[in-house]
Amino acid sequence: MSEHVAGGLATETEILATAEAWRKAGRGVALATVTETWGSAPRPVGSHLVIDGEGNFLGSVSGGCVEGAVVTEAIDVIASGVPKLLEFGVADETAWRVGLSCGGRIAVHVVPVN
Amino acid sequence: MDLALLSTLNRHRAAREAVALVTDLASGAARLVTPESLAGDPAAEAVAEAFRTGKSSTATAGDGDVFVDVHVPPVRLIVIGAVHISQALAEMARLVELDCTLIDPREAFATPERFPNVRLIAEWPDVALPPLRPDRYTAFVALTHDPKIDDPALTIALKAGCFYIGALGSRKTHARRLERLAAAGFSEGELARIRAPIGLDIGAVSPAEIAVSILAEIIGTQRQRRRG
Repeated sequence: MSEHVAGGLATETEILATAEAWRKAGRGVALATVTETWGSAPRPVGSHLVIDGEGNFLGSVSGGCVEGAVVTEAIDVIASGVPKLLEFGVADETAWRVGLSCGGRIAVHVVPVN
Repeated sequence: MDLALLSTLNRHRAAREAVALVTDLASGAARLVTPESLAGDPAAEAVAEAFRTGKSSTATAGDGDVFVDVHVPPVRLIVIGAVHISQALAEMARLVELDCTLIDPREAFATPERFPNVRLIAEWPDVALPPLRPDRYTAFVALTHDPKIDDPALTIALKAGCFYIGALGSRKTHARRLERLAAAGFSEGELARIRAPIGLDIGAVSPAEIAVSILAEIIGTQRQRRRG
């Protein structure tokens, strides 16, 4: 049998499998999920980001715009065990245009994996 | 979220089974809902809608807001026959995000040169198909005209309940095919699921046009099912 494979990675599958594997390995883990978007958000509702207690992460909730902030909040969630609902938006439209291309708003729910 | 819940979610995904993770946005409490366990769930309406559309969303259910994170298997396309139509079909399938696999035991046809960027299996369908586990999220197309290749493949696709099954061939060719499959034990109702002549009737002539008509028929079947 000859088989030729190419194409994109099943990232959502990898992210969720990683969350499970990290937790099973004894790491503190949080799962962040985009629950709402307004305007031209870069990642769709349902996108995931997995974070461990050290700030390692895999996945994407915004294509890079707010991942840093989500990781920081997720470390809190892992420590406290309490979920958080975060919102990110356009505070300063000019700064946003210069620094970030998305120009939308997103809500991100962060839950600990116990 | 419980680790056990996450493990179960991953098991459903790996088995290509539809499942929704429903999370209470205030408390963080989460549960899994499947199409089978839908009835009686407080968020049943929103979850049913999510299964239909394949889109996750926030919904109000009972006392508060829940997030319905729906996991529907990606739709696949399995094509029997590395023929001219398949070359166009495989390219167009990529554009509409159908995960395409081509099967043809004739190694002269099934070459990476003729089919770049496509998963290609140079094997007989009865060997190549079962490991792919075709299911109701799979569209199946038989294009070789050769009963030795198409018939065993159609048999597997019918038993697997693929949501779309199409077979190339004239009305005459198809009538003979139906006779053979009926003799193999399929009922009239089961055989009525095979779309033949294949593709929407748009008067397609060239291989690429026939590929358009097949793809349009697949998309129509997929979206109508989700609307239903």
